[in-house]
Amino acid sequence: MHHLWLILAFPLAGFLVNGLLGRRISKTLVTAVAIGSVSLCLVWVVKVLLDLGGLGAPYVERYFTWIQSGDLKVGFDLSVDRLTAVMLLVVTGVGLLIHIYAAGYMDHEGGYYRFFAFLNLFMFFMLLLVLAANFLLLFVGWEGVGLCSYLLIGFYFIRKSAADAGKKAFIVNRIGDFGFSLAIYLLFTTFGSLDFATIFGAVNERATESGIGTLTVIGLLLLIGATGKSAQIPLYVWLPDAMEGPTPVSALIHAATMVTAGVYMVARCSAIYLRAPVALNTVAWIGVLTAAFAAIIGLVQNDIKKVFAYSTVSQLGYMFLGLGAGAFSAGIFHLVTHAFFKALLFLGAGSVMHSLNGEQDLRKMGGLRRRVPVTFWSMLCASVAIAGVPPFSGFHSKDAILVAAWRHSPLMYWIGVITAAMTAFYIFRALFLTFWGNYRGEGHPHESPPVMTIPLAVLALLSLGGGYFDVPGFLRSAFPVRQTHNSEMLALISVSASLSGIAVAWLFYVYRPALADVIASKLKGLYQLVYNKFYVDEIYDAAIVRPVVHGSTNLLWQAVDAGIIDGLVNRIGSQSCAVGNVLRRLQSGNIRSYAAWVVAGAVLAVVVAGFLRGAI
Amino acid sequence: MISVPLSWYLVLSAVLFAIGISGFLIRRNIITVFMSIELMLNAVNLSFVAFARQFRAVDGHIFAFFVMVVAAAEAAVGLAIILAVFRNRATLQIDEIDSMKY
Repeated sequence: MHHLWLILAFPLAGFLVNGLLGRRISKTLVTAVAIGSVSLCLVWVVKVLLDLGGLGAPYVERYFTWIQSGDLKVGFDLSVDRLTAVMLLVVTGVGLLIHIYAAGYMDHEGGYYRFFAFLNLFMFFMLLLVLAANFLLLFVGWEGVGLCSYLLIGFYFIRKSAADAGKKAFIVNRIGDFGFSLAIYLLFTTFGSLDFATIFGAVNERATESGIGTLTVIGLLLLIGATGKSAQIPLYVWLPDAMEGPTPVSALIHAATMVTAGVYMVARCSAIYLRAPVALNTVAWIGVLTAAFAAIIGLVQNDIKKVFAYSTVSQLGYMFLGLGAGAFSAGIFHLVTHAFFKALLFLGAGSVMHSLNGEQDLRKMGGLRRRVPVTFWSMLCASVAIAGVPPFSGFHSKDAILVAAWRHSPLMYWIGVITAAMTAFYIFRALFLTFWGNYRGEGHPHESPPVMTIPLAVLALLSLGGGYFDVPGFLRSAFPVRQTHNSEMLALISVSASLSGIAVAWLFYVYRPALADVIASKLKGLYQLVYNKFYVDEIYDAAIVRPVVHGSTNLLWQAVDAGIIDGLVNRIGSQSCAVGNVLRRLQSGNIRSYAAWVVAGAVLAVVVAGFLRGAI
Repeated sequence: MISVPLSWYLVLSAVLFAIGISGFLIRRNIITVFMSIELMLNAVNLSFVAFARQFRAVDGHIFAFFVMVVAAAEAAVGLAIILAVFRNRATLQIDEIDSMKY
């Protein structure tokens, strides 16, 4: 026994202590509990992984039977394999850094203990998600992180936009989760079990499906779940709005960990997808289209967190492209490096906002290079990493994905390359607008305290060097290896695309700052279209939200509920009243009429008795 | 010794009961209505006793006693109510005492 449950117990204990007692204990103690529980969790993860060694085969710990009903038997089982090991380290490692950062960032905020309680609860559910050894337990973690996401997006719940964003995230995720739960039902009816080992063992005995078969349907339903959680087309709309939450939340939940749950889940189900090429190809297309689409929107956003949010959607699209191209390890590799540099970008953005008293508009920043130097240098590291400049981390993972995409479909490769150029452009646009030029706001920018800058520095090192963690090599035993021919040509193309993106950004925002506005006004229609995010929110609103709201209001509420259900109840009531109105006339108060009724009743009784006697 | 047949008692009882009912239904003075009720009770008593004699059984007598006891109690309560009503309403006409209604 390696006591995997302890990994879950630490953050859960932190949640319980802070959640139940946080209001009464001191702020220092709240911080100590929150950060301490995650640190212990990380220590335990490292210890378990060191003890387990190579992890050639999944290590499973079975604790108790959770649900037993008919044929359905679900146990509270945790397992660790190499994929889980990677996820555990990312979640606890990045999670710890963000917890430390948040202690500084949230220092002046109300609801300090509430924030850390939710953050610890999130860690618990996220770790449950990656440790689960069956689909139902994974689903518990999946829903749990969704709940924490909702709670933390709506952390500033007094602000209506934050409450709305939380609701939006929750509801959009329900659509995806509906697909996921259908997939779980289908898995159970097909395989009679929900255990990963059992299901994937049975899947491996099946033939590859050429058309649409059961596995393909399962794969597509799982993909619907993944598009919800990992913000892919068509369910990506919640993620940009989720930036209403505090910035550490955006970094931890909406960039580094939770949104990658869909990627993890698809990779976990690689056995199913490998036997359902149609589903796998759909994954690739969804991924590449999301990557390009979100990158285009990200080009023109003026809110620094919105830029990074669309960037996250886009990079998640890359991960799905990698998975869909059959390079599961490349997708997970990008997940890891993305966790480093995107968490860093968000934390850096948070640090900038912190120094500017919450300003998020890029147009009101500028020239911050010297005023917040640590933030600047670490964000520069993250930017070169995400832009794919060799030899930093993003280059390695993105290159692995693009090589796989080339083999899968050259068209996807080219879309990916163009997206890489756009990625480099929008990230450096944000960087230049923030740190170059003259300061365009009114505040007095100051560098953040060390509790915030130290996590930034650590993440900066990881962003730069994270590409040398040999994640694909480590995962080679977990996923079937396909022939990889590292092509220098392909790498050269993607690198030059990235560099040209950076160059164009430099041209527009540093060298000739007026140029961007000129082009924007020349292409006014197009600019407006992109700036307004292709009006996707408005289209969804008109096509889905309003019909649902109107249908609910007019048909379900006014007609069915008020008309039929309430109407029936009220009609019964009013009819009773009407009958009573007639009958109460009998209660005249006149004793002699009562007596007459009594006599009439007695006579009737005698007559009836007489008739009955006669009949017998 | 010539005994009176049972049917005579029963006819007398029925006649008395019918008079009681008519009085109860027709008369307006509450005292008279009360007396009508007593008449009905005693009509029933008569048939009880008559049957008891006919069948040489004691049950009827016991019932008759019960009825008398109940009638006595009822008379006490009833007259008290009548007094109370008269003090409040200054009338004994039952048609005028009809406020207990819907």
